[in-house]
Amino acid sequence: MSWSESFLAWSIHAALLVISAALVLVVVRIIRGPTLPDRILALDMLIAAVIGFIATMGVKAGYTLYVDIAIALGLVGFLSTVAFARFVLVRGRAGEEGGEGAGGRPDGPNHRIEGGTP
Amino acid sequence: MTDVLNVLVGLLLLGGALFTLVAAIGILRLDDVYMRMHAASKAGTLGSGLALIAVAVHSLELDVVTRAIAGVVFFMLTAPISAHLLARAAYCVGYRPCAATHVDALAGESTPASTATSGTAAGDQPAGGAAH
Repeated sequence: MSWSESFLAWSIHAALLVISAALVLVVVRIIRGPTLPDRILALDMLIAAVIGFIATMGVKAGYTLYVDIAIALGLVGFLSTVAFARFVLVRGRAGEEGGEGAGGRPDGPNHRIEGGTP
Repeated sequence: MTDVLNVLVGLLLLGGALFTLVAAIGILRLDDVYMRMHAASKAGTLGSGLALIAVAVHSLELDVVTRAIAGVVFFMLTAPISAHLLARAAYCVGYRPCAATHVDALAGESTPASTATSGTAAGDQPAGGAAH
């Protein structure tokens, strides 16, 4: 094993370690919230970090089909973020616990949902 | 030549991982959802894109390089779109920027947020907000 191959192996392991730390930080944000768009954004970021992780695993294994898996995961992440954005737009702020001024607004985009549910 | 390629792949992987870490720290440390979006949609996309380019440089086959470039272009096209959709949805339903935000370019416009926060004429705004 030449020096460049050992450097490549070291950098692969360092990249996997750093991306794992990033995944842990993003999961902390998903748990802490405090609002629904924060969690949606953190899930989007989780998809991006997992794409980087999969590409690094593709370099490590020498199996280039991982690129297709990463692209498919990116497509799923984009579509899920768009769907979650539409859900936020339709739902309003019903049931939000941590947002500022959630109780100060008497009616708004969420009163339709609240009227629909007993 | 192989040494140069190995070092280049290693540097690309390290750069992508560091950008991903910077995006994660930004998501954890910044104040509100719009600032966090600023960190995630730029640094996160750059991190995953650099890792895909590293796969392409590592294999140096035409199909893998083509798919990796297509993936990078796809991510760089879709990340601003999803961030814009999420930011607009969050603003329109009334998630306000934090107190450190001094410039609010959408404050004077007739988005559903401006009528919803004033509490008047909010009855027909959800249908208008969900229609486009």
